[in-house]
Amino acid sequence: MIIPFLAVGITIAVTILICSYRAIYGPGTFNRIIAANVIGTKAIVLLIMVGYIIERPQFIDIALMYAVIAFIGTIIIAKYAERGELCSR
Amino acid sequence: MITGTVGLLKFPDFYTRLHATGKCDAMGQVLIIFGCMIYEGFTFITIKLLLVSAFYLLAGPTATHALMKAAYVTGLPVWKKGDKRA
Amino acid sequence: MNMDEVKKDHRAFSILLTFCIMFVFWLLLSAWTVYLPEPYDLSKVARGVISALIVTFITYEIFIPSRGEKVLLKLGRFIPYLAWELWQIYLATIDVAKRVFGILEVDPRIIEFDTTLRSDFALVTFANSITLTPGTVTIDVDPARGRYTVHAIAKAPADSLTVDQTMQKKVGHVFMEE
Repeated sequence: MIIPFLAVGITIAVTILICSYRAIYGPGTFNRIIAANVIGTKAIVLLIMVGYIIERPQFIDIALMYAVIAFIGTIIIAKYAERGELCSR
Repeated sequence: MITGTVGLLKFPDFYTRLHATGKCDAMGQVLIIFGCMIYEGFTFITIKLLLVSAFYLLAGPTATHALMKAAYVTGLPVWKKGDKRA
Repeated sequence: MNMDEVKKDHRAFSILLTFCIMFVFWLLLSAWTVYLPEPYDLSKVARGVISALIVTFITYEIFIPSRGEKVLLKLGRFIPYLAWELWQIYLATIDVAKRVFGILEVDPRIIEFDTTLRSDFALVTFANSITLTPGTVTIDVDPARGRYTVHAIAKAPADSLTVDQTMQKKVGHVFMEE
């Protein structure tokens, strides 16, 4: 019963490898930030798939935490690239 | 999700790439997790999966908008039709 | 939003409401009925109550009852708008797929327009909806005049925002045109 999950997991892993081409080659900073965000998004789905394959449902909590942390990280980097400093005091 | 990544490679400018990944990733994620929810039935795990997908539906476009605003204010040039690929 | 605006009985109501919501979330997130079928005993519930109390005392200023009028009516109109929004996301994915494979064209431009929405929640909802509609992404919002700066990917989505104005009418109907 794990064959659909295995297929989806391998497809998403291949997609992550394709996306890292943009992370290495993309001219400038901003293209690399997009690639980091996309890899983080796909990692959330990959974590849930691995949780189904090895039959431990605790991976869904890990996926939720990683989603929150990746979102906050992207917004912090965007704010730093916009202003040049994080908090003005 | 595959369409979003192919768009990431093929589109000619930063702003258009952000269009592709921001929308396709949100939708693809919701669909995959919705399939997992149907597989489970109606236990507590379904509510947790619903929480993950609802959070990403709210937070994904917000991160896309924050990146686009940072790039526009800093002055990244916008690609009009007929320019070189950037 | 500081302490003079939150009067004493309003503060108690908002603390109570936030605590209830946080506790319900904790109960939902920590119930394992598949691999550890243990019933709820006092030590677990006590841990939940302490965690909910800590979070409540840090962030209780969100639900202030003097800030929004007719919240239930707005919530009732919000749910059909959410259903329309999910249909628009599906259309957006098909649109991006067509542009990637070269069926439609890629011709980006930046447009600006004004709206009549003024409150915080309405502006944020409209910005999120623009990002989820096929072909447009929000760049900047000016809250004093309701002016949106939008990057559109071709002429047709740009026209559907400025000429047709379907989405402005829908959001204005939900929030009663604030």
